[in-house]
Amino acid sequence: MSDTHAQTAPYVRESMIAQQPPPLKEAGAVKWVRENLFPTWLNGLMTLIAIYVVWVVLSHLVPWFVSPTWTATSLSNCREILAASGDAASKACWGVIRDRWEQLLFGFYPSEFYWRPTLALVVMLLGLGPVLFGNFPRWFMGFSLASPFLIFFLIWGGPIWLPIAVALGFVLGVFAFRALVGVNQIVGVIAAILVPVLYWLFVMGPLVDTLASIAPIGLESVRSNQLGGFLLSVVIGVSAIVLSLPLGIILALGRASDLFIVTKLSVGFIEIIRGVPLIVWLFTASLLLNYFLPPGTNFDLTLRVIIMVTLFSAAYIAEVVRGGLAAVPKGQYEGADSLGLSYWQSMQLIVLPQALKISIPGIVNTFIGLFKDTTLVLFIGLLDPLGLTNAIRASTDWNGVYWELFVFIGVLFFIACFSMGRYSLHLEKKLQRENR
Amino acid sequence: MSSMSDSPPRESFRLSQLIYDTRYRSLTIQVITLALVCVGIYWLVSNLLANLASLGLQPDFSFLSSRASYDITSSIGTWLVGYTNAGSHFDAALVGLYNTLLVAFLGIILATILGVLAGVLRLSRNWLVSRLMAVYVEGFRNVPLLLWILLIYAVFSEATPRPGDFRVGDDGTATASLIWNSIAVTNRGTYLPAPIWGANSGLLVAVFVASLIGAFAYRRYAKKLLFDTGRLLPMVWPLFAIVIVPSVLAFFVLGRPVTLSYPELTGFNFSGGFQLSNQLMALWLALSLYTGAFITEIVRAGILSVSKGQSEAAAALGVRPNRAMSLVILPQAMRVIIPPLTSQYLNLTKNSSLALAVGYADVRATLGGITLNQTGRALECMLLLGLVYLALSLAISFVMNVFNNSMKLEER
Repeated sequence: MSDTHAQTAPYVRESMIAQQPPPLKEAGAVKWVRENLFPTWLNGLMTLIAIYVVWVVLSHLVPWFVSPTWTATSLSNCREILAASGDAASKACWGVIRDRWEQLLFGFYPSEFYWRPTLALVVMLLGLGPVLFGNFPRWFMGFSLASPFLIFFLIWGGPIWLPIAVALGFVLGVFAFRALVGVNQIVGVIAAILVPVLYWLFVMGPLVDTLASIAPIGLESVRSNQLGGFLLSVVIGVSAIVLSLPLGIILALGRASDLFIVTKLSVGFIEIIRGVPLIVWLFTASLLLNYFLPPGTNFDLTLRVIIMVTLFSAAYIAEVVRGGLAAVPKGQYEGADSLGLSYWQSMQLIVLPQALKISIPGIVNTFIGLFKDTTLVLFIGLLDPLGLTNAIRASTDWNGVYWELFVFIGVLFFIACFSMGRYSLHLEKKLQRENR
Repeated sequence: MSSMSDSPPRESFRLSQLIYDTRYRSLTIQVITLALVCVGIYWLVSNLLANLASLGLQPDFSFLSSRASYDITSSIGTWLVGYTNAGSHFDAALVGLYNTLLVAFLGIILATILGVLAGVLRLSRNWLVSRLMAVYVEGFRNVPLLLWILLIYAVFSEATPRPGDFRVGDDGTATASLIWNSIAVTNRGTYLPAPIWGANSGLLVAVFVASLIGAFAYRRYAKKLLFDTGRLLPMVWPLFAIVIVPSVLAFFVLGRPVTLSYPELTGFNFSGGFQLSNQLMALWLALSLYTGAFITEIVRAGILSVSKGQSEAAAALGVRPNRAMSLVILPQAMRVIIPPLTSQYLNLTKNSSLALAVGYADVRATLGGITLNQTGRALECMLLLGLVYLALSLAISFVMNVFNNSMKLEER
């Protein structure tokens, strides 16, 4: 056949030609620029506008950022340095960051104890390890469970016996449950709640006092109002999220349950909390919470804020977990029922493990929002990073410094929130792969 | 055989059935829950009453009608209520409510525009543009809103010229100048040209409203024609003409009833024109930019959620890309976009309470701020404040639900 073809066609190449490089317009950087920056006239125009915008922004910001004022000790000193170097243009005064970065991180925490919150942060990250990343040894969960008490001890100090005694209450609860669950499940649950509560109310106080007088081991105690800066933000954010998880899960289960009254109560709580801004709840915490407690009770503002923020985030967590519960296929619920599991067994063994796994990205996102919102506590007089900027401006050295502090705080928040956001994205992708 | 027709023996009700019988157990659980909640509420309320009694206070809302005797910076709210410091606390709260509504309304509009624009640009083929939008989104999403509000407010109050800088100096130049000869951005506020309503301006407004109605009617007619006969009428230019032309004609025929008063420098400050306070500007911009970043991601996710087959099918049917966007992709994307958009609107409204940071007189600042501090009625003020925000949230959810239902695709 090829013979006939060769005779009928005017010209047929007999041999393969060598591979040619692609035309210049279709290769390398030129191709990339053509395809990504100038595919059409309109797009090219947009590129030019974008380049102009970037140029305008950078040409204003970069000279401001590059400033030889790292060693300045006050704003006037800053101006002298700039005047000496021949820069009359307005430039950043980075001396304030060098001078006050520790305050922005730790607030008025005693400077000789800065290692304590730092170590607490390490403990927290290690404790979160098994939750956030799957492949941790199982014994590590013990450390995770102990870490809240360790962190409390490190940050607030005081006798070591207090956190140990509190933790003992949980251990007692577990033992009471194990001992009595054989008799009857409900009796076990009641005992698991009642025994620790009675212990905390009546036994713990004297126990801590005696132990502290026998063996006075502990760290110097730090008052809550000395906490500040990012330390305060992290303490409020993390404790609120951790404490709100159980409450949020219960609310979500309540909302998804088919018990009419329980559903309505959960919905009411969630919607009321979510319908009112956090500021209003914070003012409630600072102005009103004492009204609702027995006369004469008065406790620390930080703790009141943590309680309020916990209730607040519980409503948001509940919505996230509800999404997770809805995403578990119906067959799983039916499978659990057909195995004859009770409601709590099916939730504990079948549904919740799947639902919570799906909810982790949402929980992380809730945490990011909450972490950013912790800056609002400045309105009720706590010294979060933004509240500290006012304190710093109040000193004569740094009166009039705005941008440098905002930039520093903004960058720290950005790093924290951006990395958490990336982590939650990574998790979402991983879950998608696993569920495929 | 007779035993089969017999009903099973009816056992008398035993107490243990309340726990072990699934028919009754849910009832037991609910009753116990309700009882526990009631006990909890009773405990809280009895504490509250005891505390109030020991302070010599009784819950009482009569303070609302007493004289507020504090000034509020003049704003839309004070103008609407006609507020002076002789007004009551209720009037002050109303001023705050109007101001909250104003900033929430302006914020929702600007945030939606920004978000939709940035969301579409984020999906652009243009590498640089989509990267810029990503920087915008990540930059605003990952930094607290409060920081943005303070930063933008600092820009307005520290980095803008003083009114005096607009004065032409001895050398014939001024340090600052008006934008387009009509807008002055100063550290005391932004001054815009204000319309002066002359005689016959009512007629002009009527013409404008009528042409808006006409535009809607044309749109409905075009849609009906499209669905009935498949004929497409041109949309953009006719709509534009219907809205603009009659009003412009009427403007000149009636002898220019509406003129603009431009801000002018008199003494140490501007007079004339319309003043937007820096507080409002900073709060508005920060809220819109921040919420706009979230809306960007929502819009992007919404458009991406429409499967590629849809646009390919539209192309295969010969529908042009623009029309495919408006007829095929957007209606489907809207289904995904609206619910999270609603919650962003709610967030924006709630976040407007951060007005506190810049001293804008919103409802939290009047009712939950000065009134609360003056009267000491913390409980009543916070209760009312919570109810106001709850009502606002519910109203926005309601409107958006109605909108969502109207956008819903009718599935067969």
